[in-house]
Amino acid sequence: MASSAVLTATGIVKTFPGARALDGVDFELRRGEVHALLGENGAGKSTLIKCLTGAYRRDGGRVELDGVPIDPRDPLDAQKLGIGTVYQEVNLLPNLSVAENLFLGRQPRRFGLVAPGEMNRRARALLAGYDMDIDVSAPLASYSVAVQQVIAIARAVDLSGKVLILDEPTASLDAQEVRMLFRIVRDLQAKGLGIVFITHFFEQVYAISDRITVLRNGRLVGTRETAQLPRKDLVTMMLGHELHATEKAADTHVENAGPVRYAFHGLGKTGKIKPFDLEIRQGEVVGMAGLLGSGRTETAELLFGVETADSGTCEREGERLSLASPRAAIARGFGFCPEDRKVDGIIGDLSVRENIALALQARRGWMRPLSRKEQDALADRYIKALDIRTTDREKPIRLLSGGNQQKAILARWLATNPEFLILDEPTRGIDVGAHAEIIRLIESLCAQGMSLLVISSELDELVAYSHRVIVLRDREHVAELVGGDVTTENIVEAIAGQDRRRAS
Amino acid sequence: MSGAKALGWRLLPQIVALVAILLLIWLSFPGFFTVEMQNGRLYGSLIDVMNRGAPVALLAVGMTLVIATRGIDLSVGAVMAICGAVAASSSVRGDPLVVTLAMSLGIGLLCGLWNGVLVAFLNIQPIVATLVLMVAGRGIAQLITEGAILTFNDPGLIFIGSGSVFGLPMPVVLWLVFGIAVALIVRRTALGLMIEATGVNRRAAMLSGIQAPAFLMSAYMLSGLCAALAGLVVTADIRGADANNAGLWLELDAILAVVVGGNSLLGGRFSIIASLIGAMIIQSVNTGILLSGFPPEFNLIIKAAIIVLILLIQSPRMSHLAAFAKPAGPAAPAVGMQKDKTIERTAP
Repeated sequence: MASSAVLTATGIVKTFPGARALDGVDFELRRGEVHALLGENGAGKSTLIKCLTGAYRRDGGRVELDGVPIDPRDPLDAQKLGIGTVYQEVNLLPNLSVAENLFLGRQPRRFGLVAPGEMNRRARALLAGYDMDIDVSAPLASYSVAVQQVIAIARAVDLSGKVLILDEPTASLDAQEVRMLFRIVRDLQAKGLGIVFITHFFEQVYAISDRITVLRNGRLVGTRETAQLPRKDLVTMMLGHELHATEKAADTHVENAGPVRYAFHGLGKTGKIKPFDLEIRQGEVVGMAGLLGSGRTETAELLFGVETADSGTCEREGERLSLASPRAAIARGFGFCPEDRKVDGIIGDLSVRENIALALQARRGWMRPLSRKEQDALADRYIKALDIRTTDREKPIRLLSGGNQQKAILARWLATNPEFLILDEPTRGIDVGAHAEIIRLIESLCAQGMSLLVISSELDELVAYSHRVIVLRDREHVAELVGGDVTTENIVEAIAGQDRRRAS
Repeated sequence: MSGAKALGWRLLPQIVALVAILLLIWLSFPGFFTVEMQNGRLYGSLIDVMNRGAPVALLAVGMTLVIATRGIDLSVGAVMAICGAVAASSSVRGDPLVVTLAMSLGIGLLCGLWNGVLVAFLNIQPIVATLVLMVAGRGIAQLITEGAILTFNDPGLIFIGSGSVFGLPMPVVLWLVFGIAVALIVRRTALGLMIEATGVNRRAAMLSGIQAPAFLMSAYMLSGLCAALAGLVVTADIRGADANNAGLWLELDAILAVVVGGNSLLGGRFSIIASLIGAMIIQSVNTGILLSGFPPEFNLIIKAAIIVLILLIQSPRMSHLAAFAKPAGPAAPAVGMQKDKTIERTAP
């Protein structure tokens, strides 16, 4: 059994200034297995991967590939040894063609010049192995993220061929794309590759992995056979304690929300989202469901003034509002946590403190600065209240894990004391613990009388906290589910098109 | 408390570099640190460095803010020429000093407004947007001076170039007071935070309610104002406006001062004081080479070598190496190293 191991790491230690990121971690990957690597953000998953691929030099421990000790200097070196990695953000060049991406740096040549015909032929042959028949001379950017992901895998496998590390490959894929990716992973598994799979989705862990290794706080918690590990035990392994139930009992969906606070009539923008009506009550959570590209984010951006509507009106308690810009929306008590945290949310180089104080400061105007003392107090209050894990408030926010960045952006809005908070995928790509905390936060904000609009792909989650769920399809609001009708099944039906009732 | 300490750490490399260069000059020119009082005014090589460095120091103040917004202002040299020409022609016409100064500074602001509109509202890349005025500016200045060197003898205007206040030459007082005033305004209000946020991530800043275009405009307008001040200093110094040579290539020295000051060209975190020290480093090198009697043809090469050395010492990789050399010290975060690795996936 042990001889089937392709990659063995023993006692890996990695120390960063002020923190021991990995403390004697063991990890074994067998030939032809899919091995899920799990842990909360900050548990050490990425650090372990980076030590294996040479992106970091380990400070202690042993790594063996096929029984031979290795010490890759950098990812390129690891690739030559046989360890390929595909990251969540596809690390290829979008403006080059698919074939060029596949053969970059090793293009077939004729008389010293690149032979495009030969290269395209080989690229087609390579992708045929993945059941992909696409135009390999088209630029990579013209394909979906899922296809790009497959191309990245094809390149990594072609270059390396022993071990494939997939770092959150499914984070931005829809269900069908995930199935396609899994089919490819199973093919590669059958060919004898050892595959390390990192994800936050439990469903996927159980769907594809043979074994699971869990890390917590830089230490190994254990490695188990997936089939013999109940989910509850897995959660306990990851968190070290029982997770509080995130699902609310269905009978709490009573209409306890207050009067209508915001009313939007016929709001729309050509090419973005068809005109829609939307009412939001005080102390109400309105969920918004739909596939990627169904117009969820576009709706949020119209409401927040990021995009200007070309039709429709907005009213707050009967008074007309003009939402020409985020600034105008913020002045009216709106807040917006965008979907793409890294691009639209965090100001990476600025400190946690500055990121938290930013929206409040922007609303006050530059002439009326928050004193350093006020900023410190504000940051400390929210770091404590939301349990933002950072060594101190002056740390640049880009160094925090995803879940903690998300909490800091929530803090940025809570600091402005908003009446209406729009959350676009608040729990995407963050760990289980932070996930549960954010859901609890949504519920408690709502109980305090805040109005929330929450966009999410996680239907269970939507069902748990929404009073109403709006379903979108093809850039149109197609259904509204209220009270007892808010079930995962109904949402899926509405998304799929069997809408039982149209929006009123 | 922590703020002052953080500022000290931030400025340390610049201060060390400046002191090292001053000491080097002193070794080859022992009279370097001698400062004498004559007729109520201080004289000496050190004062000369501060005086000659005034135009670049003034430009560096505005350039720092523009660079913090992830921009660049190539037009400042040309704007200096325009504003100098405006001041000279106004003085020749016999306008009162107040009008002359107001016109010159106003034109500087207007030039900044033009750049700001191109960058903030038309979303033209700053390097291209300001290149327009860099090229056109000297033409405009030549039109104002009608191709000649306009000389004037208004004592008020001349005072800006060669007068003295509290024993210090007027240009030195100007850049010290102006630079420190801007640094204080930027840090005592939220202007600095808004500019940094805009520079790091304009879209996220906009989504947080920051009026990014307004802050971009203000940075370019301040840069225009600084160029006008620098233009006045240069013009007053030679008592005439030279449209062809006033401020020639100074935009590059100003950018260099900001970079030597440890500010990233990628925008974000900035320190005006560090840029001012950067400007003094550059001027010390210039003056030092002249004083130490090297053949003049070596000047530019020595200057370049010294600057490469300073930039090398400041580079993330060097601080990383330094962290390795003494593991007990506060090591630099390992993130900087990773950035360039992701692209290096192109080998066979």
